[in-house]
Amino acid sequence: MKRYLPFLIVIGVALGTFGSGAMLYRVKHSQLQAKPEATALSANSGSEPTHIRGNPEAPVTLEEYGDFQCPPCGSFAAFAEELLKEYDSRLRIVFRHFPLAVHEHAREASLAAEAAGLQGRFWEMYDVLYREQATWSKAPNVRELFESYAGTIGLNVDQFRKDMDGEQAKARIDSDFARAESLGIKVTPSLYINGQPLDAKDKNPEGVRAAINAALAGKPQA
Amino acid sequence: MTVSRFRTILYIVVAIVAVAGLADATFLSVQALSGETTSCGGSPDCFRVLGSSYAKIGRVPVALLGAFAYFCVFAFATFAAFGYARARTFLIPIVGAMFLATLWFLYVQAFLLHAYCRYCLLSAAITFLIAGLLIAVPPSERRSDR
Repeated sequence: MKRYLPFLIVIGVALGTFGSGAMLYRVKHSQLQAKPEATALSANSGSEPTHIRGNPEAPVTLEEYGDFQCPPCGSFAAFAEELLKEYDSRLRIVFRHFPLAVHEHAREASLAAEAAGLQGRFWEMYDVLYREQATWSKAPNVRELFESYAGTIGLNVDQFRKDMDGEQAKARIDSDFARAESLGIKVTPSLYINGQPLDAKDKNPEGVRAAINAALAGKPQA
Repeated sequence: MTVSRFRTILYIVVAIVAVAGLADATFLSVQALSGETTSCGGSPDCFRVLGSSYAKIGRVPVALLGAFAYFCVFAFATFAAFGYARARTFLIPIVGAMFLATLWFLYVQAFLLHAYCRYCLLSAAITFLIAGLLIAVPPSERRSDR
């Protein structure tokens, strides 16, 4: 018996590891999977997107719930630019705010983007915020930086300052946030393609392209 | 306590510590495979490290390779504890490679990413502990190995 004991121990640990890993994977996978937009009845608040990039009549809508202080969202923003060029008039991108509490300046960055949006420069501020993410994320006084970005993209800085503290910007963010919560979103970026959530494991260039191509071909996503 | 018994106890400790490393690496592998590391909000401490390009070789998460390495260490340490002296000859190069990989990943976290993942640091501590324990194992006497 002793001769076989090390083999039994090793096989037991291998099976235990594989089994617990598989169980953990299932739990994580279900946690990360948001509800499809179409079935989320309570998600009606803020259902009309405010920030659209690309052809507004495009057959495919890629909706992003993002956080300006989240590095993967920054990577996605750069990739989204490529997608818009690649798919041209067939794709539109919608951005919704989901500033996470773990990110100290995320909500303020969303306010800056909304304040810029009130002067018609939401996407310009969006680009600057993601491009300069590493700088302002660690800055003690982000307001000064955001105001300097506002000046750079040609905004009226006094108006921008007022709008950042105004109710309109806050209401837009709260509306997106409430919508995200009603959809069960917990992480950023969370992506939807024509109302269907993109699986967490597909949040990579190949996965996103495959989902867009499937939507263009009229196939339901897996 | 005889040298042989001391050696056996050390191999048992190495096997137990390797199981802890295996659990840690399995957890990190699941995070990488489930896509959690490509998002913020799941594990704020780790996404920057595990979501970086250094955390994968091709499409394979390095955590998965780590889990395999810890499993090998566990298996060979178990066999060594049961008197399979030849198992040590496999154990030493694996732990040596893990030690070097750990140094590289600590460098990446400290100087390239400027971010630390606590699970990666735990793995580093476990690898260093295993390496230390293996160094402490007295050399085996010349006798016919199983």
